[in-house]
Amino acid sequence: MKLPNKQCEIEAAIAIIKDGDTVMIGGFGVPGTPMTLIHALVAHGARDLTLVKNDANEPGMGLDHLLKSGQVSRLVTTHLGLNSYAIGLMNEGKISVEFNAQGILAERIRAGGSGIGAVLSDIGIGTELAAGKQVVEIAGKPHLVEAALRADVALIHAACGDTFGNLAYAATAQNFNPLMAMAADCVIAEVETVLPLGGLSANAIHTSGVFIDHVTELGDLSKEYAVVQR
Amino acid sequence: MVARAAREIAPGMVVNLGIGLPTKVINHLSADFPVCLHTENGLAGIGPTLPPEMADRNLIDAGGTYVSTVPGSAFFDSATSFAMVRSGRLDLTMLGAFEVGANGDLANWKIPGKFSPGVGGGIELAQKARRVVVLTTHTDRAGNPKLKAACSLPLTAHRCVARVFTDMAVIDVGPQGFVLVELAQGVSLPEVIEATGAPLVTPQTPPATF
Repeated sequence: MKLPNKQCEIEAAIAIIKDGDTVMIGGFGVPGTPMTLIHALVAHGARDLTLVKNDANEPGMGLDHLLKSGQVSRLVTTHLGLNSYAIGLMNEGKISVEFNAQGILAERIRAGGSGIGAVLSDIGIGTELAAGKQVVEIAGKPHLVEAALRADVALIHAACGDTFGNLAYAATAQNFNPLMAMAADCVIAEVETVLPLGGLSANAIHTSGVFIDHVTELGDLSKEYAVVQR
Repeated sequence: MVARAAREIAPGMVVNLGIGLPTKVINHLSADFPVCLHTENGLAGIGPTLPPEMADRNLIDAGGTYVSTVPGSAFFDSATSFAMVRSGRLDLTMLGAFEVGANGDLANWKIPGKFSPGVGGGIELAQKARRVVVLTTHTDRAGNPKLKAACSLPLTAHRCVARVFTDMAVIDVGPQGFVLVELAQGVSLPEVIEATGAPLVTPQTPPATF
């Protein structure tokens, strides 16, 4: 038996995204942000998107391109501190922003990718992040119901992969990628180096190709992936 | 004050240093000091900060600073990283603050109408680290006290702060409110009382200096 080959052209994979879709995008700062898939989504032009991403990158980088092109109507995130343009759009009411505690966003995505409806936690009780959330008592203590999150499409970046979609991440580029890779109906991975089947050791795989629908190879990386000169 | 705060870290601890002033504590830890520094974006065992020409593009801390690893470092995803935080594996976190209440309340993520970049990992650190200390200037840029009888800004977490390190003093949060522990060199007791927005319990003998 032979594992299926999921390699395809970036444009063909991105064409799946429709107006109004929810799209998860991996990354925490530059590491793990699928810069090339984001540019392909800008070129594709789907609008009225809900994006789920830890942060909005920095002006001129990553998610910022989708904000500048006006394709985003809603952002589910944890922190926008490095992107003044994103904060401006939020303050002017041009995008709606839902802030989550960072680890709770991770757990909501993990639940969505695990076939679980919600997670319960006491994080944020008594703060404005608890507003509007259902409260249940577990072992005598109040917990917030944090609904699972799923997306129509997830965009993932990995350092290494194979043609089946098995993925391995580098250093802190892991972050939300393995969680989001489990939590969308269609998962597209951009991979720096795609190896033949068997090229990745079965022990070194972070995300099983079972979760991945499309694999695209990046080849030479653009400057957007490089160390940021501040 | 950063050097004084660094002495808060005991050998063997797992510690998270928040973005901003707390991150500078790393410069006051010697290379052979036994501590595991954690960062929210998925690293236990932070090594020295690196200049851009030596940096690994995939290796940052939660503030976006390029860092390195040490022998024994591990990478993990964001869910695992916060599992460590919420399950009590952090012995200590050092955070910045806009306001600290005399009951230990912490406000450090939002100034309505002025500053609302999102809470990031701050709530989970403040609520779940075993010990939460704050590093901050004693007053804001306008000279207003940051240590207050009660916080007026949206809270990060209730009754979480155990100790505050400022440019003027080390102050504990006790059952009766703020308790002076140490004074910075060159700062007088009346000056720190004046700059504190809530009653300050002072020791009977002159406080130590740092």
